[in-house]
Amino acid sequence: MLEIRDLAKSFGSFAALGPMSFTLDREHVLTVIGPSGCGKSTLLRLVAGLETATRGDIRLDGTPVDGPRSEIGVAFQDPRLMPWLDVRRNVGLGLWRWPAAERAAAVDAALAKVSLTGFADALPKQLSGGMAQRVGLARALVGRPRLLLLDEPFAALDPLTRMRMQDHLLDIVGGEVPNVLLITHDIEEAIVLSDRIIVLDGPPARIRRDVVVDLPKPRKRTSAAFQEIKEFLLGELFPADGRLAA
Amino acid sequence: MTDIVTDAGASLAAGRGRGGFRLRLPRGVLPHGWRALALPLAVLAAWQAVGALGWTDATLLPTPLAVLGELVRLATSGELLSNLAVSFRRVMLGFAAGTLVATALGALTGYSLQWRAYLDPSVHALRTIPGLAWIPMFILWLGIDEGSKIALIALANFFPTYLNFMSGIARVDRKLIEVGRVNGLAGARLVGTILLPYSLPFLFVGLRQSMGVAWLVVVGAELMGASSGIGYMLMDGEMTGRPHLVMACMIVFALSGKSTDMILAAISRRVLRWQDTVEKD
Ligand SMILES: Nc1ncnc2c1ncn2[C@@H]1O[C@H](COP(=O)(O)OP(=O)(O)OP(=O)(O)O)[C@@H](O)[C@H]1O
Ligand SMILES: [Mg+2]
Repeated sequence: MLEIRDLAKSFGSFAALGPMSFTLDREHVLTVIGPSGCGKSTLLRLVAGLETATRGDIRLDGTPVDGPRSEIGVAFQDPRLMPWLDVRRNVGLGLWRWPAAERAAAVDAALAKVSLTGFADALPKQLSGGMAQRVGLARALVGRPRLLLLDEPFAALDPLTRMRMQDHLLDIVGGEVPNVLLITHDIEEAIVLSDRIIVLDGPPARIRRDVVVDLPKPRKRTSAAFQEIKEFLLGELFPADGRLAA
Repeated sequence: MTDIVTDAGASLAAGRGRGGFRLRLPRGVLPHGWRALALPLAVLAAWQAVGALGWTDATLLPTPLAVLGELVRLATSGELLSNLAVSFRRVMLGFAAGTLVATALGALTGYSLQWRAYLDPSVHALRTIPGLAWIPMFILWLGIDEGSKIALIALANFFPTYLNFMSGIARVDRKLIEVGRVNGLAGARLVGTILLPYSLPFLFVGLRQSMGVAWLVVVGAELMGASSGIGYMLMDGEMTGRPHLVMACMIVFALSGKSTDMILAAISRRVLRWQDTVEKD
């Protein structure tokens, strides 16, 4: 269970986030959407332990998160691969404590999940943007994290690849990862993947809406219910005139 | 529209043509790789011809063949090899010592702002002293023998490596460090996995500069007082009025500097294979 209580973050005198509180428990995928610059990445970086909160606290299964934790996997908006390491070593970066055989098996399994089995020995410079992004995803998954944090993981992909990745993300993540916190700009992506959507506005980032998405998965983008939720979220994101933005 | 563009292009070309003049070499006479050799070979041939005709004073300007002959003589007598070995040893020991101190200190000041604030300004202040100006001090401190020469080379080698390596470490991508942190890397492991590899390209730039400087400085050190080494032979050639010996030594220096640089370049290409850059040397 991820508990966020009265969390607030300022950079100097600039209030970037909060205060906000929410809890992520049974929902598999919780998505945070909001306009650019509203503080979404700041929220994710706080949960990842990369920033320290100005106020409030973050707990994962009761333990405070005050620095990076091995039970939390993170995939960033850009792949952030080490150019000097091959794909295998990039994916296995965080598994240095593991016995070699186990590490190799875990890396192979993670690469298979993102359909990159043949590329274990490739260097990052030999990968396409989409492949690199999938390596980043594999790296976040490989340690079987308790909580997976994804910051706009598909934003840099072309629309077709992005849609394919969205459709496959739930297979890739599987049931092994109990909770996923996803950040995105993409309303359709949010509806395809999430059990719950938090709409932020800001800065400072504050919760504007907290929506449970109760549609069976896999979800069809064309269904009436899907469109209805989309209209609603657009209305929340562009309060002045939802139609215009759609 | 199209016409206007064409006209503009034409008048532009005409304007360029008016101002200058054309000097066009015939194409395809020499394969590309050989073109660089055309000028030196022509100069050498002319030089040899002029010398052979007796138009120049051989005691001042020896012909290329005389220099070549001197090189062969030095090589077969063993003189060349023994002196080259001495110079090479000085260069290598100085290079090694300079590199060692430079990487250690560069890592420290690159990584820690505290250390940088304390040490870096002093390093920059020392750098303003020309390398060769240290010669008298080093001779006073370390004597006229190997010690002072190696120290001089080490000192001159220190700066390029230090500056490049430090800036490499200091410039490490914060985003990659974050990846390291969320993957549980810290301390020495973070340094070894991310900081060091990241700054390797910078280090190699520094090492190659240092190696060039080392050959530069060894000449100075050997000219100031030595009884062996290529620089000593050079001096000897001047004292005994043998310009062909002087020129032979200059060529040996050029070849030595070039070959050590090529070796470093080859090592760097291998080590930095992962770099996503246009392949060139
Ligand atoms: N290290 C920092 N120092 C100062 N201000 C920061 C810092 N990081 C973020 N901010 C500010 O905090 C606000 C929120 O930034 P954040 O990156 O969280 O936005 P975001 O919602 O992720 O935007 P986007 O959707 O464009 O990625 C921005 O106004 C940004 O300028
Ligand atoms: Mg962001």
